[in-house]
Amino acid sequence: MIANPETTANANKRLVRRLVLLTVGMFAFGFLLIPFYDVLCKITGLNGKTGGRVEVVEAVKVDESRTVTVEFVASLNIGAPWEFAPKVARMQVHPGQFYQTHFWAKNLADQPMTGQAIPSVSPGLAASHFQKIECFCFNRQLFQANEGKEMPVTFRIDPNLPADVRTVTLSYTFFRIDNAGS
Amino acid sequence: MSTASHAHDHAEDHGHDHGPPRGLTRWIYTTNHKDIGTLYLLFSLLMFFVGGSMALVIRAELFQPGLQIVNPDFFNQMTTMHALVMIFGAVMPAFVGLANWLVPMMIGAPDMALPRMNNWSFWIMPFAFTLLLSTLFLPGGGPAGGWTLYPPLVLQTGDAFPFVILAVHMMGASSIMGAINIIATILNLRAPGMTLMKMPMFVWTWLITAYLLIAVMPVLAGSVTMLLTDKFFGTSFFNAGGGGDPVMFQHIFWFFGHPEVYIMILPAFGIISMIIPTFARKPLFGYASMVYATASIAFLSFIVWAHHMFTVGMPLAGELFFMYATMLIAVPTGVKVFNWISTMWRGAMTFETPMLFAIAFVVLFTIGGFSGLMLAMAPADFQYQDTYFVVAHFHYVLVPGAVFSIMAAAYYWLPKWTGHMYDEKLGQWHFWLSTIGVNVLFFPQHFLGLAGMPRRIPDYALQFTEFNMMSTVGAFMFGFSQLLFAYNVIKTIRGGAKATDKVWEGADGLEWTLSSPPAYHTFTTAPEIR
Repeated sequence: MIANPETTANANKRLVRRLVLLTVGMFAFGFLLIPFYDVLCKITGLNGKTGGRVEVVEAVKVDESRTVTVEFVASLNIGAPWEFAPKVARMQVHPGQFYQTHFWAKNLADQPMTGQAIPSVSPGLAASHFQKIECFCFNRQLFQANEGKEMPVTFRIDPNLPADVRTVTLSYTFFRIDNAGS
Repeated sequence: MSTASHAHDHAEDHGHDHGPPRGLTRWIYTTNHKDIGTLYLLFSLLMFFVGGSMALVIRAELFQPGLQIVNPDFFNQMTTMHALVMIFGAVMPAFVGLANWLVPMMIGAPDMALPRMNNWSFWIMPFAFTLLLSTLFLPGGGPAGGWTLYPPLVLQTGDAFPFVILAVHMMGASSIMGAINIIATILNLRAPGMTLMKMPMFVWTWLITAYLLIAVMPVLAGSVTMLLTDKFFGTSFFNAGGGGDPVMFQHIFWFFGHPEVYIMILPAFGIISMIIPTFARKPLFGYASMVYATASIAFLSFIVWAHHMFTVGMPLAGELFFMYATMLIAVPTGVKVFNWISTMWRGAMTFETPMLFAIAFVVLFTIGGFSGLMLAMAPADFQYQDTYFVVAHFHYVLVPGAVFSIMAAAYYWLPKWTGHMYDEKLGQWHFWLSTIGVNVLFFPQHFLGLAGMPRRIPDYALQFTEFNMMSTVGAFMFGFSQLLFAYNVIKTIRGGAKATDKVWEGADGLEWTLSSPPAYHTFTTAPEIR
């Protein structure tokens, strides 16, 4: 409230300093949300991101009684001049057993190009139960001009996959990563 | 909106007032809260017509199925720019303008606490919008990925992209400076005896809104900065190819975006809480509960952002949390609606234009609130997501909500600001044409959405034709009736019947103790509050 002008000016200065600090703090908070969400998704296994390479393969009992359908989807990010498709659209698998399938990709440009496939699993909560021991998505793939190749994925479904999940979709999006086309 | 000569007359009346300087430099250099309020309000009126013209382009294209008037890319630019202009150019500056004019007069302060920054925060706006609107003439056109700027789509914007980001930064800076100023004014410049719980509701809602602005505008600035570096500097905040995640943007954006929708409605609640008691000739029912309800809405707005993204693939627990938290907002909002109705209950009501707009606000905003509750239900939302039902919902809360409240405020305080009564008959015509127009415009969109018509698409299937035609007719009716408003405002500024100091029989508050129009400098000595 208005007292004398001098104390008001001081009060204004103090309040403005705090509010500017709050503004700067909230700007930083926006950026902090990124690591915060990354950690949250890692802990909870949300977001359909599969884990990295499975290094240690523990033997687990194959659950012959259960069949899960695995669907494969391939898509291209914009500005990626590739041909990209799964060799088979779907497979029936038993949890615990390893399977291998292939994706076909071809560079349609007349120059060498590097691509990176980014996997995503749906439903999101199945992602942590989708284990890959070999995948072309682990590395960047270099394609010579007009080169086409078959690229393998070796995976298994963890028998701990929740019982209500009967279909798992593995989707790859191919990104061109030389000259960082977005 | 006092012109130089009027304020000057009063300067002579009061003898202690030098009055405003003359000419264009008055408006450029001004640090006077009344001048800056006027500038904000006129700027917002201009942007309202700019954004409205874009809406009419959209509706004209949607009059018939197929593509008639514009190509799809321009259509998308129109939907994107319409939203950006209306949100950041029309609704928000209008509320800031009202705060500038009214907050000092309502709390008995001589001016805003930081007058020079006040000048700055206004004059950034014309530059920001020149920048934004100029993108329409750049190669590749303006932004066309929707005002929500979702990557990766928005990263395909052409040359316009950095201009849009810079414009958003400038609008954000302007809003933050305005908010800091309003908080400093309210907390430090209240007249002796004006305790927090004696403040008029409009001041309360703005205090809370200003805190919301400071909390979320920097987050928007951060998120668009990340878009900028993703596009030009090779970072991968939202680029999956580099380990980022596009859904991350949606989380950050809506952390800003949901409080933002309350930034656009809380001051409206304040305005309505001022107008209804005046014309019901009863004090506001449940003042304290209004204050607490406003604060609860502000708090809840921070924990419901993901209801905008129910379909991105959240776990069930997340869907349930955001669903229930969202529904919880209906409780404090319901408190407000009940309080407004209780204020009117057995009041000696009269129906001047501001009151008509206020009553229409209560009814139509509540319809928008109910469709919001429908959208809050996660399982139902999968059906409604990205359909015209969403468009109908947020236009009901923003047009007969926020915009009607601004119009009510303009009619209510215009006699105070200018010293002239507006043309009541014209005001009534404006009200009825707007209210009928807005319902013909947006109500059929509910049905279109429920039937599955997607939003942001320039073409549609044949079975949607009738409702779209209806909607377009309503749009042109609503749009053109706003010319009556502009005409009435200009006419009132230029002259008209002399307004009394109190203007309205039932008016209550410090601003009504001042002359109409108020002197250029008011409350240089603080009034005593009982």
